[in-house]
Amino acid sequence: MGSLTGADVHATAAGRAVLLLRPWLGDWRVRRVLRALFTIYLVCTLTFFIVRLMPANPIEVFIHQQISEYGIPYDEARNLAAALFSVDLDRPLPLQYLGYLAELARGNLGTSLLSRGTPVLTLIGRFLPWTLFSVGTGLLLSFSLGILLGMVMAYRREGILDHLLTAVGSFFQSVPNYLVAIVIVVFFGVQLGWLPITEMRGAYSPGMQPGLNLAFVKDALYHAALPILTYVLTTIGAWMLLMKSSTLSTLEEDYVTVARARGLRDGRIMRSYVGRNAVLPLFTQMAISAGFVVGGSVVIEKIFVYQGIGFILLDAINRRDYPVMQGIFLIITFAVVAANLLADLLYSRLDPRIRVSGGE
Amino acid sequence: MAQTARPGKLELAPPGLGQRLATAVKVFFRLLGHSKAGFLGFLGVLFFVVLALAGPIIVPDAGRPDMTKIYQPPSLEHPLGTDYEGRDVLKQMLRGGRAIIVVAVLAATLSTLISITFGALAAYAGGWPDSIIMMLTDVVLTIPQFPLLVVLSAFVKLDRPWLLATLIALLSWPTLLRAVRAQVLSLKEREYVEAARALDLGIPRILFGEILPNMASYIVMSFTIGMTAAIYAQVALYFLGLAPLAGENWGIMLNLAWVRGAIFYKDSLMYILAPVLAISLLQLAMVTMSRSLEGVFNPRLRES
Repeated sequence: MGSLTGADVHATAAGRAVLLLRPWLGDWRVRRVLRALFTIYLVCTLTFFIVRLMPANPIEVFIHQQISEYGIPYDEARNLAAALFSVDLDRPLPLQYLGYLAELARGNLGTSLLSRGTPVLTLIGRFLPWTLFSVGTGLLLSFSLGILLGMVMAYRREGILDHLLTAVGSFFQSVPNYLVAIVIVVFFGVQLGWLPITEMRGAYSPGMQPGLNLAFVKDALYHAALPILTYVLTTIGAWMLLMKSSTLSTLEEDYVTVARARGLRDGRIMRSYVGRNAVLPLFTQMAISAGFVVGGSVVIEKIFVYQGIGFILLDAINRRDYPVMQGIFLIITFAVVAANLLADLLYSRLDPRIRVSGGE
Repeated sequence: MAQTARPGKLELAPPGLGQRLATAVKVFFRLLGHSKAGFLGFLGVLFFVVLALAGPIIVPDAGRPDMTKIYQPPSLEHPLGTDYEGRDVLKQMLRGGRAIIVVAVLAATLSTLISITFGALAAYAGGWPDSIIMMLTDVVLTIPQFPLLVVLSAFVKLDRPWLLATLIALLSWPTLLRAVRAQVLSLKEREYVEAARALDLGIPRILFGEILPNMASYIVMSFTIGMTAAIYAQVALYFLGLAPLAGENWGIMLNLAWVRGAIFYKDSLMYILAPVLAISLLQLAMVTMSRSLEGVFNPRLRES
């Protein structure tokens, strides 16, 4: 992967690199990795031009703000802006752009405008783990529960449980996840008073020392419980329904009939023959779902006041802290692209047919 | 002999646009008739569309703020209670659907147009146009839409419906495009399309005259899904206060009810629940309708 990114930087080496890569490009996994890199590059470019070419150019706004609020001379304000946005404003735009890409490649996302001197990367390191933790746990729970229930629904189709779960699943699937979160807060938090909603705010209790001990994990789970519940409720329906239809089509396969004819026990057929094959097509969906849930976490974290990356993103937007906004958006994109890549590669390992047919 | 082979004679058959539309509508209702849930969903969607059109006409004015009637419980005079300025919640509900649905329809129209045009082109042309379009689609699909929308809201003032709709549409076409492409790929192999190709009718004529009319119900389905995505995004933007809170719509009501503390009073429970319920029901109706269309459309699903 490293050699590929290197090849992109040197224009003269590009031709040679293509020749070298040609035999590799036949492998769809290589193309898949290239596509992921291209996506990330494209998003970096997009954010650069959004920040500089929009009607309200934040760098100009910042410079004028400094001049009018603190009476700093123009040159000084400009230098300050250049340092905070990690951009050399004297260079022409294309060179600024290359400089920006080089800084990004080195992992420099600039520093926050409001908490002076805090690198954006530090902020991300502090808040991203909580989003990954809550979204990851939520997705994993919902995926495993959904698969189990989906299989039960397929085996007992047209039963009461099937109809009930289908109805409930479709309902929660179509209702926007933030509305579910609002209802949880309004009903269970405030009106009925079952949940100590204000106490459950934040990523962990004040005074807790982050560390890998039982007490801290319990505390973190307690604070993440409501976001996780929301993610599970709003995604489980899709998994159940997908798994049900996938199981139903797998049940008709010849190898299942053969396994039955051989007199294997039902439990074994269910686990080793039906379940394993039925779950495969769901893995690609997992990546798409992860992207959607991470995107939606912005609203969910705001509702539960859970200090993850989405919460900080909104905070940065409300206070117009552009470097933080830009950095967080890049990191979210990076996480989603990486999740997609991982899911696709994993899928190709699990299902050999993909590798043969090219994975289109 | 020479006379019968004249192209003019062959072109007697093509049905007019009106006739085609009538067939499409007929097919649409026949498809909906297959499932009760789908029909209910359709009725629900119809209800909300009528509400969006008629609401602001029935209630021409949302009423003035009245500070003596803040957060009143539901009563005969105010069936859903009053808001933080003492205005009637029911009136706001009746008026607030239009803006949401207008943006959703605009966004869905635009994203459906993009996905149909390029999806059909990709599937039909194949080769490098297909590769380029699919590459772009995959890239846009992986960019997290909602965070991008949220970031953009810091730069662009989202105070115009068409602006909001365009931004949402520009981010939400990829899923639809993939579906359209898959559909065209399968329709492409049918005999009547091969016949059209043999007659060398040209790509636009074959696409828009032969293939797309046969996807009418499918396009309705994609359109509905596009609308749900647009409603999700725009209500979230209003709720977060990232789109200007000017005007009346359910998203703004949600924001004000949340921010002004309506959630903490028992009396004003309906103030926050009313928009939550309306948006949920609208989404549910649209998803149910599109899913039953999908079920009829995709025979593999119907079997189960």
